[in-house]
Amino acid sequence: MKFVDEYRREEDAQAFVRAIRAKVTRPWTLMEICGGQTHTLMRSGIDRMLPAEVTLVHGPGCPVCVTPLTQIDRALAIAQRPNVIFTSFGDMLRVPGSTTDLLTVKAKGGDVRMVYSPLDAVTLARQNPEKEVVFFAVGFETTAPANAMAVKHAKALGLTNFSVLASHVLVPPAMEAILSSPQNRVQGFLLAGHVCAVMGWTEYEPLGARFRIPMIVTGFEPLDLLQGIFMAVDALENGRCGVENQYVRTVSREGNAAARAVVNEVFETCDRAWRGIGVIPKSGYRLRPELAAYDATLKFEVAAITTEEPKECIAGEIMQGLKRPSACSAFGTRCTPEHPLGAPMVSSEGACAAYWLYARA
Amino acid sequence: MAGAKPPSPAPAPDLGAALTAASCPVPAPTAGETILMAHGGGGRLTQRLIETLFLKSFDNPALRELHDGAILEAGGMRLAFSTDSFVIHPLFFPGGDIGSLAVNGTVNDLAMCGAQPLALSAGLILEEGLPIADLERIVASMQRAASGARVSIVTGDTKVVDRGKGDGVFVNVTGVGIVPPGVVISPRRARAGDVVLVSGEIAVHGIAIMSLREGLRFETTLESDTAALNGLVADLLAAAGDAVHVLRDPTRGGVASTLNEIAGQAAVGIRLEETKLPIAEEVRGACEILGLDPLYVANEGKLLAIVAPEAADAALAALRAHPLGAKAAAIGTVVSEGPGRVTLKSRIGGTRIVDLLTGEQLPRIC
Repeated sequence: MKFVDEYRREEDAQAFVRAIRAKVTRPWTLMEICGGQTHTLMRSGIDRMLPAEVTLVHGPGCPVCVTPLTQIDRALAIAQRPNVIFTSFGDMLRVPGSTTDLLTVKAKGGDVRMVYSPLDAVTLARQNPEKEVVFFAVGFETTAPANAMAVKHAKALGLTNFSVLASHVLVPPAMEAILSSPQNRVQGFLLAGHVCAVMGWTEYEPLGARFRIPMIVTGFEPLDLLQGIFMAVDALENGRCGVENQYVRTVSREGNAAARAVVNEVFETCDRAWRGIGVIPKSGYRLRPELAAYDATLKFEVAAITTEEPKECIAGEIMQGLKRPSACSAFGTRCTPEHPLGAPMVSSEGACAAYWLYARA
Repeated sequence: MAGAKPPSPAPAPDLGAALTAASCPVPAPTAGETILMAHGGGGRLTQRLIETLFLKSFDNPALRELHDGAILEAGGMRLAFSTDSFVIHPLFFPGGDIGSLAVNGTVNDLAMCGAQPLALSAGLILEEGLPIADLERIVASMQRAASGARVSIVTGDTKVVDRGKGDGVFVNVTGVGIVPPGVVISPRRARAGDVVLVSGEIAVHGIAIMSLREGLRFETTLESDTAALNGLVADLLAAAGDAVHVLRDPTRGGVASTLNEIAGQAAVGIRLEETKLPIAEEVRGACEILGLDPLYVANEGKLLAIVAPEAADAALAALRAHPLGAKAAAIGTVVSEGPGRVTLKSRIGGTRIVDLLTGEQLPRIC
């Protein structure tokens, strides 16, 4: 398959592994921000091919995992209302709230539907004028443009029965929080290529300079990741910091101006709570006040939510790169994909799910 | 005959315990739980229902084999007996429909026991409001499929449910077949050194059906691979005989789930090679876009055969000589290490686990 097979060749992969081995002289800890990259690393077995000096830790880049429990409980409360069609991407359906999840709500009679695009949710709203259609707008900067388009589209159609439960989160503030922590051990980042495809990498440049750390914009195929790791190790060994771009076939420094424009038209930044991590200033998007009619949080009054996080779950530490999933005392015993304590065990981008699926000892 | 003692049968292996030992700790269902779609997905939840409910309640030696069909001895013959229900939506799809799927499914379950089908029953649950023309198409398709598999539908049943309480048509097909002398097919016969064969490109049926899904319609020329495999099995057995240890059709849950079940039942490891997996370009493309792993996507007209190494080449040649096995491939081997576990050597040379899925595969967010 063109543009895929070229990035999965064994001989090239082995050449990168040899190059990394030749380059590395001491231990380095790198963080891949994106949960999709975590899964590629584990699915391809890259984690086991690297020299012992290179430690990969997994970042907070799984939007499903970092969606706070209050927001999931709110979603569950809205989804259980009789006149609501609650729509979501597939990833979100299995994520546990305090007492249940969306798939269970569906099994008990709630009208929960998986959509493949937020525009499909708008279509549902057109087709079901007697129902309220809510879209759970989760994601990083990558999904924000499409979600913003859905709101614009609903407004253009004059729909009054469509709203979004916006839970967008932004990468740079989370990285800043990680780097500012006294416990931080991350020495280099693999930046999520698709986030940078939208936003470019100018936001990262001040971070790289301030924390004197290399950041490599990296793609998602095995060779992308191996090359990204090589570039990070090379930068560290040679004392370079700042942003370098591995993903040149997709990402430019300025990103996608049209996508950014639509996001800015619909959303504004706000402080946002991250599940397991806490509130990070200016790390989320909410709908602009003039679009309040499309804000499900304002539209649906939900009784006071009392959340209950499983005390044993160390998702927050895992997503900050402080611990690996296998270091969790509940991993694989009291926490499995079937009975997860936290979202990283069920999300398709979750670090714990990656360890469970591909690398369980 | 006092004193004459019949030979005691060998104690049946405790399969439940073996399965439990081979899989992760699985809690028993609790009172508040409800059935989820994933209970029918062929993954871990399906397995848990079978282990903790069906096997526990119905326990008997034939069921304990956990094969695609039960083998029963009667009148000096070994009969294979199997049933399969179909609830697919849409009822008609490129390459087939619910009728042909149901007939082929049961014929294949019999074939995976090494049996030639003898007769089938058809149970139809119809929803009020279903156009008679649709039912005619389905019944005609069932008859065509049965003729193709050289088997007759000899008994049946019809029920009608209120509008809204069905999905047009549900079809159940039950079948009996005869296992030829000398043929012993069982998941537990898989042993270290055996070669794992697949009869053709995987994940075709699941992706063909998915391409019609609401909200996802994408253009493809893919058609379901539904087909009766009894002819292919007959050719395989003729070429490799007793060296054919295990046969399974990797339907729901795909190749990964089926091989996990075999690995668990036989207490062996299975090693796959990603580069050896036959996958059509269109299927790979769709899986890449949707974030799905073709190893977990449903197949219909495909079989997995686990064959002794000395007969693997002959078995592969026999499969490839048949029209339904032209793209057959050796995709891995059975190993003694890691009993109950399936692993895969990735395209770039890494290794990973191929586990049972907990639920259905869900398309990713980004």
